[in-house]
Amino acid sequence: MAVVFALWLREVKKYLRSRVQIVASLGGPLMYLGVLGFGLGPVFQRAGEGSYIQFMAPGVIGMAVLFTAMFSGIAMLWDRQFGFLKETLVAPVPRLAIMIGRTLGGATVAVLQGTLIFVVTLVAGFRPASVLAVPLAFLLIALIAVVFAALATAIGSTIKEMQGFQMVMNFLVMPIFFLSAAIYPLQGLPRVLAALTRLDPLTYGVDGMRGLLIGRGSAHFGVAFDVAVLLSVGVLFVAAGAWRFSRIEA
Amino acid sequence: MSDRPIIRVQHVVKSFGTVMAVNDVSFDVRPGEIFAFLGPNGAGKTTTIKMLTTLLRPTTGSLELDGLDVTTHQRDVRTRFGVVFQDPSLDSELTAWENMDIHGVLYHVPRHPRRERCEVLLRMFELWDRRDDLVKTFSGGMKRRLEIARGLLHTPKVLFLDEPTLGLDPQSRNQMWTHVRNLRATEGVTVFLTTHYMDEADRVADRIAVIDHGRLVATGSSAELKDQTGADSLEAAFLALTGTTIRDESATAADQMRQVARVWRR
Repeated sequence: MAVVFALWLREVKKYLRSRVQIVASLGGPLMYLGVLGFGLGPVFQRAGEGSYIQFMAPGVIGMAVLFTAMFSGIAMLWDRQFGFLKETLVAPVPRLAIMIGRTLGGATVAVLQGTLIFVVTLVAGFRPASVLAVPLAFLLIALIAVVFAALATAIGSTIKEMQGFQMVMNFLVMPIFFLSAAIYPLQGLPRVLAALTRLDPLTYGVDGMRGLLIGRGSAHFGVAFDVAVLLSVGVLFVAAGAWRFSRIEA
Repeated sequence: MSDRPIIRVQHVVKSFGTVMAVNDVSFDVRPGEIFAFLGPNGAGKTTTIKMLTTLLRPTTGSLELDGLDVTTHQRDVRTRFGVVFQDPSLDSELTAWENMDIHGVLYHVPRHPRRERCEVLLRMFELWDRRDDLVKTFSGGMKRRLEIARGLLHTPKVLFLDEPTLGLDPQSRNQMWTHVRNLRATEGVTVFLTTHYMDEADRVADRIAVIDHGRLVATGSSAELKDQTGADSLEAAFLALTGTTIRDESATAADQMRQVARVWRR
């Protein structure tokens, strides 16, 4: 337990120390919120769907969590390159504890980043339907964070080259974001797109947040179903991450 | 002092595909001695250290540390040694103290003794005043000292040092060896080290093993090796044992590519 905590704390400390990273990683979500949110707002409204900012805020929060969690995998590559990974690999502790500590650290950083964006959406005009739903929404944010931080650990344990990792991330992160219905509704999609969105774990995260934050009827699948899917995918990805991590050779 | 060797390596073979990195190597290290492992580039030094530190499994043969089989008792063996790898393994975004502290947690050193021991070691290695500075602001010599201090935190029986003075200036090298020799007096730890610098091995090691092409070619004290080869310096003895051809670790085209890739990844 102490080991998990120490490695978790390490990730969080490093995050809090890198102000530049904090500010810079707000850029992407802010751009989407600003450009799409205000740009497409009138169209959305004319289509009779209400406020686009209101609709899109959960998607942008999901995006921030996705990006931060996925890029937490980079820490694996840094540690491999600059050696700290070896220090943990020869320590007399189970690999699983190391993997869990790192993954939870990455997930926590993603939740912190998601919280910042949440505050920003409030400033931009987002109004959650009820204050009581906000803590529950954070549960979903945490689930999304764990799902993608575990996926990042699995990828980071497998790929050794920085360039390779960046490529894989670009090929994964953007599709996961665009196929998640973060910026469009799930109703009435073409069949292929509808099928793809259902394969994307982020879809359920964003859908669940909408259900909680925007109010009744705005979750396409229902919040309970969303949570169930995220939990299962989370277990699957953590297992995959643990398996890949256990096979690292120095 | 007991006669049981602290490290016992018997007929160890490690092959990577068709390459025999270590080929039927056997040797013993006695408790409390400073044992130097010498060899040209690519001779199998680091591979041997990686096997002894549980990072690689031998293809065949057995390795024992403090009477425990290294491959079957990984966890117990890991608590018994400290290691300073060839490449640095500190977290440069953390402070010296935090690096020490995390190590203590990883090795289950309880909080109170951990703090005391961190302080003792940081003072011993003259890093106490810089304990709250980020490691990325440290010089090469300071980083090495911190790594050794960290490797000793859990009071290991054996300390592995893989080329600890590589890339250090003569002052830092000198200081490093003074520290290593003091360690035996203060900590009673067995030191297993590799180095390229013959004069250093000559000065600091009780016994020396020379490895070449994955095979052990000689073992003994510096004086014994000189006698054996009729050379007047350890360097001459080393050259007599291993020949004067320059070793190229990157022998094949594929190896060379890997070498280039490694540089780019830095």
